[in-house]
Amino acid sequence: MSAAHAELPFWKRHLFSTDHKVIARQYMLTGALMAIVGGLFAAAFRHTLAWPGESVPGFGVLGPDRYNTMVTLHGTIMVFWVAMPVLVAGFGNFLIPLMVGAEDMAFPRLNMLSYWVFFLSTAVLVASLFVTGGGSGVGWTTYPPLSTSARFGAGLGVDLWILAVALEFVAFLMGGINFITTAINKRAPGMGLWDMPLFVWEEIVASVVFMLSVGPLVAGAVMLLFDRNLGTGFYDPAAGGDPLLFQHLFWFFGHPEVYVLLLPALGILAEVLCALSRKALFGYRVVVWSTLVAGVLSFVVWAHHQFISGIDPRLASPFSLTTILISVPFSITIFAFLATLWKGSIRLELPMLFAVAMLAEFLLGGVTGIVNGSAAADIYIHDTYFVVAHFHYTLFPIVVLAPFAGVYYWFPKMTGRELHRGLGYAHLALTVVFFNLTFLPMFSLGMMGHHRRIANPSMFEHLRAGQHLQVLATVGAIGLLVATVPFVVNVFWSALRGRQAERNPWRATTLEWDTASPPPHGNFDAPPVVSRGPYVYSPDGAGEDFVPQGAPDTSQERAVPAVAMAEAVAP
Amino acid sequence: MSAHAETAQDLDPRSTEVPTGRVAVWWFLASEIAIFGGAVVCYLLFRLRHPEWSAEAAHTITAAGAINTVVLLTSSLSAVLAHAAAGRGDGPRAARMLWYTVGGGLVFLVVKAYEYTHEISAGMVPSRGLFWAFYFLLTGLHALHVTGGMVALGAVARGAARGQHLGRVELVAIYWHFVDIVWIFLFPLLYLSSGGSR
Repeated sequence: MSAAHAELPFWKRHLFSTDHKVIARQYMLTGALMAIVGGLFAAAFRHTLAWPGESVPGFGVLGPDRYNTMVTLHGTIMVFWVAMPVLVAGFGNFLIPLMVGAEDMAFPRLNMLSYWVFFLSTAVLVASLFVTGGGSGVGWTTYPPLSTSARFGAGLGVDLWILAVALEFVAFLMGGINFITTAINKRAPGMGLWDMPLFVWEEIVASVVFMLSVGPLVAGAVMLLFDRNLGTGFYDPAAGGDPLLFQHLFWFFGHPEVYVLLLPALGILAEVLCALSRKALFGYRVVVWSTLVAGVLSFVVWAHHQFISGIDPRLASPFSLTTILISVPFSITIFAFLATLWKGSIRLELPMLFAVAMLAEFLLGGVTGIVNGSAAADIYIHDTYFVVAHFHYTLFPIVVLAPFAGVYYWFPKMTGRELHRGLGYAHLALTVVFFNLTFLPMFSLGMMGHHRRIANPSMFEHLRAGQHLQVLATVGAIGLLVATVPFVVNVFWSALRGRQAERNPWRATTLEWDTASPPPHGNFDAPPVVSRGPYVYSPDGAGEDFVPQGAPDTSQERAVPAVAMAEAVAP
Repeated sequence: MSAHAETAQDLDPRSTEVPTGRVAVWWFLASEIAIFGGAVVCYLLFRLRHPEWSAEAAHTITAAGAINTVVLLTSSLSAVLAHAAAGRGDGPRAARMLWYTVGGGLVFLVVKAYEYTHEISAGMVPSRGLFWAFYFLLTGLHALHVTGGMVALGAVARGAARGQHLGRVELVAIYWHFVDIVWIFLFPLLYLSSGGSR
């Protein structure tokens, strides 16, 4: 199979390849490029916030309109063009077939199509910046009436923005269907659902949640396009419509989307923590069940984004309740992760350090989420920098720290070479320090009443006292950009010149370590047969301190056979 | 599907017996249900608040909608017959039945186009009011799905005529039934909800 693949022309091997590993690389590189764009936009508007009216290097003076465009595109890019392609599509594509022991996805050509639709969506988004009137400046949430009226500067850029996001949804729907069918039907012989590595579970639940939550927003986006171009009034009270409708449709998707991103990040963490503490995942099945429960609950929390939008106050209490309730399954997961570390032989390698950093920072995000979740507190801090800080303390660990942990962990498998350690430590230290420098001051700014959509806070007497914190946050944001330089250098240098990696440098158990680094087209020399669960570390009496999932079953080391496990939990 | 996957299914009693294509189509339909479900629920919430929309609904051409309902449901019959023929390995007959289904879709679109022309020229355009906005949103979204379904049916029929990919006949048939079922919701909600004000 791989010999035949090598004969394919260059463009079929690297551009229009149906190999899930090539597609994963395409998603990741596109996402990484967009991350640099999104990061530069953030630095640009942070510069304006710290030194209002001054020219931003490379951008010029940002007036209020361009400031809004920068903020809008930063949010849009980071969620839809970085987090989704890297976390969900990139890692999912690379790992799911390898982890379940398949030679590729269930539908390789659909997979390729998914990437190229995504690429098209990226092109449309970039093009939207250059049309008359500039890119969308109506916020990543695109609330009407701001987004429906040309009076507020919503020009062609907004139409293209909506089109780009819709295309992006189509790409990830195709990807999600592929992920789900692959995990359902392409598992290696012997691998029951309860033998799948946690990462696969998390990707599957994330795909299902995405698939079932995005539909109403697709309809909502078409309605928005109707309102903008056909003169309908779905969201216009004067025409009998309701702007709140869009907020409901947006957050019915928007909040589950947070979990669509969180779940794969938790999956990456689980793999790293187990391998680098030489212990089985604590409470594997409880964690899976927690994930399923969280997936269901994620559909009934959305209105907590609308506590001050004018929804019926009787609705606020139930949504407060579900919002605080959903922290329970995630607390269980986090505690299971901590218990996995407990008394483990912890190896402080880079993936482990990033994973621990992710858990620590995410804790701050989670705890401040409880503050936001209660309607009474939220009414006070709504739309302030407190919310910005909370959001970034959850999303930065999810979208940045967890994928970094994953890249440091799987880079040897992806490229066959090892990353440079010294550069990695520098990257870690700078990232964590500058991240906190950026966002810790924002909690205080929020409590001081700094509203998050004001381009020039110095215009307001009562906000001037916080200006030094705005400067601090901006220094942090620029530092955060600089912090990725060692990473970019490391990736390119190591991919070309790094030390050759073994098949299984971390001595991990899951199937992806059972093949060459990088795996050939078709993945495995011989189709793997699985005879145990995913995390058999430090078993009693074995010579090695781990037993790969694909190793032949020579002893009775498996306490519970896979069939019995599956039957025990079947309803 | 490679030999690898087939051995996997032979060896492992716990892998699903359901063909991968069928699994994928059902998940695809789940995502489609979310799209139409979202749009229909929005319409219903507004409709319940606006009893006066029944006067607008009275302007829809109920006879045309009824004819289209019959046409679409009948086209599903030939889709089922295509599936049965494919199950017997009779590719040419399956292809012929699928083309009948495409024909049904075509008639549906022609009638729909007649309705749109009539309505738009009578001033019942999307911007006239929310009922018409929803009418064009829902029927337009549905017509797009009919069109897409016809393309898929035609592609599968071409293969089936040569006896290729007969398994795909079932997949397009499932999808066509879904398009049907959406219409079964839209017809009463948009055409018949005129509340006796005719």
